[in-house]
Amino acid sequence: MNRRDFLKNTVKVIGGLSLPLAAFKIITPKEIFASTGDKAKTRWVFLVDTYKCVGCGMCVKACKLENEIPYDANVTRTWVERYVMTKDGKTFADTPKGARDGFTTSKIDLGEGKFQDIKKDFIDKAFFVPKLCNQCENPPCVQVCPVGATYQTDDGIVLVDRTWCIGCGYCIMGCPYGVRFFHPVYHTAEKCNFCYHRISKGLKTACVQACPFGARQIGNIKDPNDPVTKVILTERVGILKEEYGTKPQVYYVGLDREVK
Amino acid sequence: MKSHIYRPLWVVIGLVCIILIARYFYVPKDFGVHGRGYMYGWYRESNIKFWKDFKVKYQGTEYCKDCHSDKYESIMATPHAIIPCEDCHGPASDHPSDPPKLAIDKSRGLCLRCHSALPYPTSGRSQIRGIDPDAHNPDVECVMCHNPHKPSLEGLK
Repeated sequence: MNRRDFLKNTVKVIGGLSLPLAAFKIITPKEIFASTGDKAKTRWVFLVDTYKCVGCGMCVKACKLENEIPYDANVTRTWVERYVMTKDGKTFADTPKGARDGFTTSKIDLGEGKFQDIKKDFIDKAFFVPKLCNQCENPPCVQVCPVGATYQTDDGIVLVDRTWCIGCGYCIMGCPYGVRFFHPVYHTAEKCNFCYHRISKGLKTACVQACPFGARQIGNIKDPNDPVTKVILTERVGILKEEYGTKPQVYYVGLDREVK
Repeated sequence: MKSHIYRPLWVVIGLVCIILIARYFYVPKDFGVHGRGYMYGWYRESNIKFWKDFKVKYQGTEYCKDCHSDKYESIMATPHAIIPCEDCHGPASDHPSDPPKLAIDKSRGLCLRCHSALPYPTSGRSQIRGIDPDAHNPDVECVMCHNPHKPSLEGLK
């Protein structure tokens, strides 16, 4: 090998090595469709304004009746929590019956039949926080299901197949937000699905419709003209338990550090 | 080679074949993963229809206002205009065919959901006119004196 050949080959080899591996990747039509196809037109998100919520619990009542959750069973797809912070730095939180009957007394339910009344002058701040399924982008409940009975739809809603669920309860343990429970009649995992039967017909969810104060809103984050999208993108909103990496899609206005 | 060596092997192979055949028939055709692999990508295509076909019960105020226009217009002139009809009257479902009559919740508890005074400074609750349920006529239903469709004091019966 003479010097000319040596330099030529060196350039070829270095040039070849510097080509990224991705340059050799063959893109299938399926992948192109996945990135540009119409399947990504909708991504349902939820917006809760905790300043507007008055704790009437109409959303919980409507949810239970709409979604056929036994009314007197102590399970619910959505619930409202009350937080009361006192001047001595204590935080009280309760949700009697999931706030199905609202909050009609200032006595905080401490559990085990104990109640504590907090006087008005002793309250620093107090507010209500509605909770529901976060329809996580990375849903831990889907990840832990051993039989694949729970899944995420293209528009981001996590559903449960009642015919396939074996009732092992892994998802109930796996959900960091505690939104799942066993349905008392079907004995399968049950959860909020943003009233999938309503939103897919263009209606609002039962809880959004029942709220007289507009504290709950549902929207499509892929639609830039959606009022909910505008709020999420331009105002200060918080999410719950960000550190779990689940990418929850229920956004809160006026979220406090004490809200877990 | 005598068959007592191979016999367990045939049994195992047979079992595996039976399981694979049974699995082929038992697992639904639409079962599988889409998009995001085995971690988040489980998918039950046939089940989506089940949830989409779920019955709608709450029809919304728009559903009521044509037949009950008098009630609708009277409440629209009051602060109670923000409350959807079905919050008090119950879900309409297929009314008027099923149910022909809605069961109205006229209980004291329903009014107290909003009108039991709670002194919560950082919540909209403190903006609502409220009463102390233990002090304000505790044994009487609210609707004895107040008309929910004309809630201002001028509308007292």
